[in-house]
Order: sequence, then structure tokens, then C-alpha cells
Amino acid sequence: MFKFPDHAPFSKEQRQSLESLLSATDAAQRAWLSGFLAGMSPAGAAASAVVSAGKLTVLYGTESGNSEALAARAVKDAKKRGFQAVMKNMSEIEPASLAAVGNLLVIVSTWGDGEPPETAVGFYKTLMSEEIALTGLRYSVCALGDTSYEKFCQTGKDIDARLEALGGKRVADRRDCDVDYEDAFSEWLGLALTALAPAGGAIATAAVAEVAAGGVEYGKKNPFPSPLNERVMLNGEGSSKETIHLEFALDGSGLSYEPGDALAVVPVNAPDVVAAVLAAAKLKGDEEIETKVSGRKLLADALREDFDITALSRSVLTKLAEATGSDALKALLADDAKEKLKEYNYGREIVDAISDFAPSGLSADALAGLFRKLPPRLYSIASSPLAHPGEVHLTVAAVRYQSHGRSRKGVCSTYLADLAKPGAEVPIFVQPNKNFRLPADDAAPVIMVGPGTGVAPFRAFVEHRAATGASGKNWLFMGDQKYLFDFLYQLEWQEHLQSGALSRLDVAFSRDQPEKIYVQQKMLEQSAELYAWLEKGAYFYVCGDATRMAADVHEALISIVEKHGGKSREAAEAYVEDLKKSKRYQRDVY
Amino acid sequence: MSEEKKLSANEYIKTRSNYLRGTIAEGLADMSTGSMSEDDQQLLKFHGTYQQDDRDLRANRRKHKLDKAYSFMIRIRVPGGVATPQQWLETDRMATQFANGTIKLTTRQAFQFHGIIKSNLKRTIKEINQTAMDTIAACGDVNRNVMCNPNPHLSEVHAEVLKVAQGISDHLTPQTRAYHEIWLDGEKIESSEEEVEPIYGKTYLPRKFKITIAVPPSNDVDIYANCLSFIAIVEKGKLLGFNVAVGGGMGSTHGNDATYPRIADIIGFCTTEQVVDVAEKVVLVQRDFGDRTDRKHSRFKYTVDDRGADWILAKLNEYLGYELGPVRPFTFEDNGDRYGWVEDKNGNSHLTLFIQGGRVLDTESYPLLTGLREIAKIHDGDFRLTANQNLIIANISPKKRPQIEKLLEQYGIKDSHEKSALRLNSLACVALPTCSLSLAEAERYLPDLLTELEEAIEENGLRHDAITVRMTGCPNGCARPFISEIGFVGRAPGRYNIYLGGGFAGQRLSKLYRENVPGTEIKALLAPIIGRYAKERNDGERFGDFCIRAGYVAATVQGGDFHKNIKPEAFATA
Repeated sequence: MFKFPDHAPFSKEQRQSLESLLSATDAAQRAWLSGFLAGMSPAGAAASAVVSAGKLTVLYGTESGNSEALAARAVKDAKKRGFQAVMKNMSEIEPASLAAVGNLLVIVSTWGDGEPPETAVGFYKTLMSEEIALTGLRYSVCALGDTSYEKFCQTGKDIDARLEALGGKRVADRRDCDVDYEDAFSEWLGLALTALAPAGGAIATAAVAEVAAGGVEYGKKNPFPSPLNERVMLNGEGSSKETIHLEFALDGSGLSYEPGDALAVVPVNAPDVVAAVLAAAKLKGDEEIETKVSGRKLLADALREDFDITALSRSVLTKLAEATGSDALKALLADDAKEKLKEYNYGREIVDAISDFAPSGLSADALAGLFRKLPPRLYSIASSPLAHPGEVHLTVAAVRYQSHGRSRKGVCSTYLADLAKPGAEVPIFVQPNKNFRLPADDAAPVIMVGPGTGVAPFRAFVEHRAATGASGKNWLFMGDQKYLFDFLYQLEWQEHLQSGALSRLDVAFSRDQPEKIYVQQKMLEQSAELYAWLEKGAYFYVCGDATRMAADVHEALISIVEKHGGKSREAAEAYVEDLKKSKRYQRDVY
Repeated sequence: MSEEKKLSANEYIKTRSNYLRGTIAEGLADMSTGSMSEDDQQLLKFHGTYQQDDRDLRANRRKHKLDKAYSFMIRIRVPGGVATPQQWLETDRMATQFANGTIKLTTRQAFQFHGIIKSNLKRTIKEINQTAMDTIAACGDVNRNVMCNPNPHLSEVHAEVLKVAQGISDHLTPQTRAYHEIWLDGEKIESSEEEVEPIYGKTYLPRKFKITIAVPPSNDVDIYANCLSFIAIVEKGKLLGFNVAVGGGMGSTHGNDATYPRIADIIGFCTTEQVVDVAEKVVLVQRDFGDRTDRKHSRFKYTVDDRGADWILAKLNEYLGYELGPVRPFTFEDNGDRYGWVEDKNGNSHLTLFIQGGRVLDTESYPLLTGLREIAKIHDGDFRLTANQNLIIANISPKKRPQIEKLLEQYGIKDSHEKSALRLNSLACVALPTCSLSLAEAERYLPDLLTELEEAIEENGLRHDAITVRMTGCPNGCARPFISEIGFVGRAPGRYNIYLGGGFAGQRLSKLYRENVPGTEIKALLAPIIGRYAKERNDGERFGDFCIRAGYVAATVQGGDFHKNIKPEAFATA
């Protein structure tokens, strides 16, 4: 709801109708309106209306770049409102310095099992453990997360509670955003900035309403329908893996990217998945429903195009409990049943919950009401724009498995593997990732660790360094299940070795011998050389699985520094921490 | 220089290899590719391994941005073909862990692994050596696995003959330390220290060299198809010594009449004490006089053919410093195996199993690999590989026999030899998909072709009449197709040359009957001959002999006329 302060210069009637009118607008419309109104005002009047609203720090903790992009937007909006706003990455600030900032907005995402983003781990640990007096701090937190994870928005929740515990004053409620965060974020930002603005201060508006340049602008809000030029299976016959290489055309999109960036793909749900959900709900799919985005629509079409109809979460189950009144489901959602809920959710999807708790089916509206918006999926880009002008490539592992008697499939990976045929248009946009960048210094050596599809950005890195003629040496560790079938891009690596674009290649294939061999073992086998590279200023990159691999590689790195640097464990950890701080140790893990 | 013919490329590779080292160690470390350098591929053969690639997969690999599916064949030397249960279990384990889950029993009494990738090559060879077997000289221009009649029920003589085989094998094993350095982490010899290869010298032999020992009346090792053979002369159960046969060999090249298979000449007799010395001196004659300029003319059979058996005997006597005795009489009856149970004088039992194509593997209906593993776990005797790709579970004690019989029953192996005599006398080389030389299928196709031919066999009541039939994917002759009564030799995918008229005991070469025949037409071509054989054969007449008498082919007397007297209709284009 939109609410004017009491002192707003309107009659009660004017106020009510304006409030109701504005409540029906979205953030973009309001932004346009504010710019429009500012432009209508006489020059002097507009200028005099701008009152400094004070200093504001927008603090973000980011993994994929979303929080960073939102922080930039917050700064921009805040400046329009007269704040002297600056943005800070959690990786570059000590929690103690928050005592002096006054106004603070925090935008932070949560990863994996409730973890802070990679770059924010240090900040988070210190904040949570040290006693810092933050009286005088006025703040609000926007938490980004994914409701399909048990510890949804945990990092944001923790920071919000901690700032209050340390004496900070929460001026606007924390907002927990799901993967489709646009609207929630805009709403939070408006409320938070209003709350932070000094009482009596007019909302400052810079007369710079954004007008889209000439043609259509493609991006997150308007993904580019990119023709899929090529789709190649990277695993040989005989493999148990299914990794595909995809080449998208960017011509006419205006999209650009750098090695290290991610590409977002907007999938649709597979027909059999839609059919299964409809069957569980005992619906046909020809029912009409009202959708937020595209108005009235056939249920089957909405299930296919608009909704996340698979990821099971407390939020979905809560809505299902409301719709069905199921006692069994309510019991599962009880506060003391968290472990049971976790167990239930493991390996299950929404279709299972509908079958289990709505055995007589659901109405079309009740079914549609369960879902969140179908989120785009991010993939590390596998190409250099210099090596493949007008194209962007991905390396995607199709996820398929069996659980609880049903065959399951990753929504986007199987969309790309099964549904997106070469020649078809796939909606995409670029998601920049400034935390995964080649060294600015072309002469710096680079070590890359990327097993499985983690090798994707390193294909981009090696291509890019070859194209720019970077003199620094490049060393790649990669691996997969089987040498004969799963050596992703083998012929390309051979060419890069031949040309010198790749200096060294070490591979670990886990299922070629009785014992499992992984990349970290290969690192340890080459530990002396690896340490020598680090000492020569090498940048160390890791991409791929976050749960096991990244931790194992991290541990291997510390032990290598310990062994060859003649350091204690603590000193080795500090050495590695320094690598991180100086951006010589970067990770893109998922 | 002008008159001298240029040595073949392999001679230079051997010369600069520093006694077979080459750059093998460096090549093994490069994991960007599953292959080795061309030179090292040649040298690897001396170490017992061939680089191959899966030809079934060749077409699509590049589309997947993958290199060819390279892997290695490893040949394990089993002198005399005798392996302990422990060695069997280890071979099984390695086949399952590192190879393609199968064991190939070769036509030269060796184990073969297929599909070993480069990263597992060193480890597998090392583990083979840890089981007291090895791979050195299993391939390459040296003496290969020494074959020996494995029939244990000839026990007194057999034990002696096996010892002779092992003695020859040991004596002729290359002495280079390269094998130990590369595969067994052996210490490196100082580069200044001159290495000595007393028998072979720096360039080894001009070509591979094959030795066998036969105990008549069985010619199961096919002495006529080998470079050097010893035929045991036994009188009243006592081993007197051996006849010496030289200059047999199978390999030839399609369309090149200067290449041909050849039957060994029996040139004399030596005592048991002299055997190792004779073997060495024959090797030296080939080392010194074999053709090193043309690898298609460098086998010992050409040395013998070019100079004559008399010249070879004279040169050998000169090298020996004494003379071989006159050839002693002997008789060969056949070159096949005797299937089923045999009991010896000590009360021990021996069971010869038919192994189709020599391939030991598990299929859903026939878990042979698992069955043999379970038997090996309790077996107190040994396993013997026959020259016909079969397996003898030998020296089973009376105590163990009931248990083993139970396992044979349980895994469906008991009736392995309840097959047509045609099938039981068949051999097939590996061919596709791994062998790089093969022009057509062999091991994967022969069983089906035999099923077709068995219709004709059954119709004519020949189920129990042995006819030797052998198929190879190319004319190099690993399954010795040119001395079988029916030989199929691959020409192109799905097409074979058909040879008839070989001797049942492997004593006579066959002759081309039809060239380039599609597999689908083979049965129609052979069924009438089989029919006539059933009706018109003389008492005891063998199929090969009948084919000559009935005029289907002319007899081939010796290698020199292998390509002669071929009937014009043989070349009728199919």
C-alpha cells in the first residue's frame, strides 16, 4: 500500500485517490511518474525541492552479481532522493566501520545450506562474532534467496538480527526475496528509503526519468530471444553423463559479456512435468486462470511458461495446507517438525505434495496459487566474445534422476537438452559477475580448477587470453567420470596446448580406476610447481560444485601453501585469505 | 650406399630407442591425449602392449569434441599356457578394474586385455608383474610367448616339455632394463653404462619370432605355422628329444603375391639338453640373415624360403658347432582340443572347456567370467590355456572335483562343449572393434556365421564330424586361417576371402576358393560342398582332403604355390 505522510500537501480526498492510484502502479511506473512530474515543475521550484537527505551506505554481499546490481540501483534511487549514497562490497569493509555510517541498507544473498556469499564470508563471521556498538545506526535489510532451499534467506536474517542486537535501529522491515525478486525489492527499497529520509524532507527527484534508447533494450526484464545455433553432446557414446555444449547467437541483441560472466536462460517446463502436475491436481489444463504477468490464460500454458511447478518449499506447502486444510500437512509444517519437513522435501517435488496432501485434487486457481514465478537459471559462460564474436556458449549438464518412484529432471538443463532444438529461440540475458575476472595484468599466470561443467568459464578464459595475446601462463585442472567419454572439449585443449595458449593440463577422472581420483589430488601431486606459480603471482580460480569440490580444493590449496611455504596451518590459511583479498583467489561455485 | 637397400623404418626406431626406451615414459605422462607417439607405439609392442582405438566409435568422436577412443591391448605372457588359480583371479580382477571386463584367451596361449586407457597402462603392467606374469616380449621383434602342449594327462612328458618351454622363454627374454624402468619403477641405469642385449643386439630381430613345442599325436600348437618348433619324440613314455621345424608362418597381404603363408620344414633332431641352444642359434641365424629392409619380407619363413631349408640347416650347424640328428618319425592326428573330462594316473581330473572365440566374459545367459572366478577361488590345481583359445581346468584333486562340478552346473559352464564339432573346432581373432589391422569382423561375427553353417551341417548329419574353421579380420593370420579346412579372411566390411583344403592336423596350407564374398552368401556357397562331403567322402576322409579330391581347390604344397593354381571362378566378382 502507498501511504503519504500526514503533512503531505493534499486534501484528504486527494490523498486517498492518489494513494489508491499509486498503489496500483509498479515501481517502474512510479519512477517514470516522478521524473515526469519533476520535468513539469518550474526549474527553480524543482531545484529548491531537493533537500539533502543525508549520507547512506548501501552494503552488499554478492555471489552471482544480483545483490551488486540491486545495490547499484539502490544507490541510484537514493541519489534521486537526495541521499549521498555510496555502495560497498562486504569484501572491502570491516564491520566495525558500520558504527560511523549512520544510514545503512544491506542487500545480501544466501547460498547453499544457509551460507553467505563467497566474498562476504569474512565480513559475516566478524560481524556475528565481535561486539561492535552500533547505536546510532539506522538500517534495513533486503535478503535474497531461494525458497526451494531449507535455509531461505538465512544470511539476511542473521545480519538483520545481529545489527539490531548490536544496537542498530531497524527503520524498515527486512524483506526476504525469492528468485523472482524484482517487485519485492522495488517495494522494499521505496519503503526503506522513505523510512530513512529525515522527517519533513521532501522526496528529492532528479529530473532524469529513464527513457529507453531508440530500439528495444534486452536484459533481465526483457530477455533476448536468441536463436540456438548449435547443440553438441560433449560426452562420447558409452558415457553415463549428458553434458551439452550450446551456442547462442547474440546478433542484434545489444548484449555483451566478459569471460567470467553468467548467462541466464529462461526455460519452460517440460510437457510431461506439466501433465503430471495437472494429473495430480485432477485438472485438465484447459481451465482459465488469472495471472499477474499475462492476464487470463489457460492453466496448462501458465504451468508451462510462468510458474515454478517443481521446487518444493515450506512456502509452497503452506499455501497447499491453506488450500486443502490437510491436517497431515499442517503437522508437517509445525515448528517442531522441521526435521520431518526437511526429510519430506528431500527428493520430492510439488507434484508429490499434491498427490500426498490433495488426493481429491485442487481447483485451477488453488493450484496456480501454489507457485512462484519460474525463475531463470544461470550458467557460467563458456566462450570468449573475442574468440566467438556475436555468440555466447554454455556447457550444461542435463540433470536426470529417479526419486520416490518418479523420474525427475532439472527444469532448465533438460529444457536445453530436450526442448530447445537448434534453430529455436531461447530467452537469455547476461548476468555480469565481477567477482570472477581474468587478471588485469596479462603477464600474470593463471591456475584454473574446473571439474565437470566447472570447466566452462575456463574455456572462456583460455580462449580470451589466446585472443588478447596475454603472455601469462595458463594451467588447467579438470576432470569428470571417465577419460574416454567425459573429457569435455578434449580436442580444443589439445589445440590450445599445441599453440601454447594452455601451458599445462592435469586431468582427474574419478571412475577409471577402483579408487576415486579428483582434481585436488592432481593439485597435490603437482604441489611444488603449483606453489611456485602462486609465488610468481598466479591467480587461482575455482569453478564448479560448491558442496564438496570447492571445499576440497580450498583445503588442498592451504596444505600446499603449508608444505611448500614452510608455514604453519594458520599462516597458510592467512596466505590463502590474502589471495582472496587481493582477488587472486576467485571462485564461481554452485 | 647405392647398392644397399634402405632399412625399414622400424630398424631406425629400434636403433635410436636406447634399448626400447624411446620416449615412452614421457608419453605416458601426457594426459591430454590417450595416444602415444608413432615411434613409441612401435616400441610399446616389445613391452607387450599395442595402442588401439575403438573403431565402433571412430565416426562420432570428433562431433563430441573428443579425440579417438584410444586404449591399449595388453598381452600377458603365459609360457606353456599354465596359470595358477591366484593368477587367474588376479587376471580377472585386472580385466574387470582396468580393461573392458573380458579376458581374451589368445591363439598363442596368452591372456589379452582390451580397452586399457593410458592412465591405467603402467599400473596394469606393474600389477601383472606382481602376479608373477609379465608382458615383455609378448609382442615386438623378439621371441614371443613360447607355446607348449598343455594336455596334462600326458603327465610325465608334459612336465618335462613345459620346463623346456619355460627354459627357452627365459633364455630368449630381452635383457634391457627399459621394461623395469618404465613399468616397474626400476632404478635407472647410468647412461654411460653400456647395456648388453647378448642375443638380440641393439636392433633386436628383423620381425616377430614365434616358437612352439608339440607333443604328438596332437599338433594343437600348430607347429607348421610357427617360425621354430620342437616336436617331442617320445618312446615308451620317455622323452628322447625333439624334431626341429623351421620357417612356418601365416601373415600375408591382400594383393601382394610376394607375401604368403608357409608351412614349416622339419630339418633335424636335437636332444632335450640341446633345445635351448638350438633355439638361440636359430634366432641368431634369423637375426643375422633376416631381411631388415622390408617388413613384409622379414619373417623367418622368407629367410628359409629364400635360402632353402638345407642352407638354414648348414648355417645352424655352423652356429651350433655340432650337427642336428636325422628327423625321427612321428604322427600328428589333429590340431584341435579334446573337450570334457580326463582323469590321469594320479587320480586328478582335467576338464577342457570350449571358450567361444577365446572370450571370457559374463553375459546374462552365460556368466562364464563369474563362474570361472568362483572355481578359481577353490581350485587347487591350475588353469591351462590351449592354442585353440580354450581353457583347461587342470589337476583337479578328487576332493575338489565335486565342488567344481557343482559350480560348473550352477553357472551353466558344464555343457560348454555340447556344440557342433564344427563350432568346437573354430577359431577367431579379435578383429573389430579394437584391432587396427582388421578389415572385417571376426570374433563378433563367426558365432553367427557358424549358426548358419550348422543348418547345413545338421541337415547332412555332420554334427559330430570335426571340420576346422577359422576366421580372421585380415590376412596377418592371428587365428592361423590358412591351415584350416575352411578359412575366412576379411577383405572389407562384411566381405571375406574363403579358403579351402587345409590339412586337418594343420599340416597343409589351404587355397583361395572364392574371393571377396559377402557374409550373407557364404552359407549358400558352402552348403553344397558340405552336402557332397557328407555323401561322397571316403572312409575317414577329412573335409580339407575331400575339397581337393572333389576339385573345389588344388592342393597347396608349400608357400610358394599358395597363390598358384587358383581356379578362375575364385575371382568371379560377387
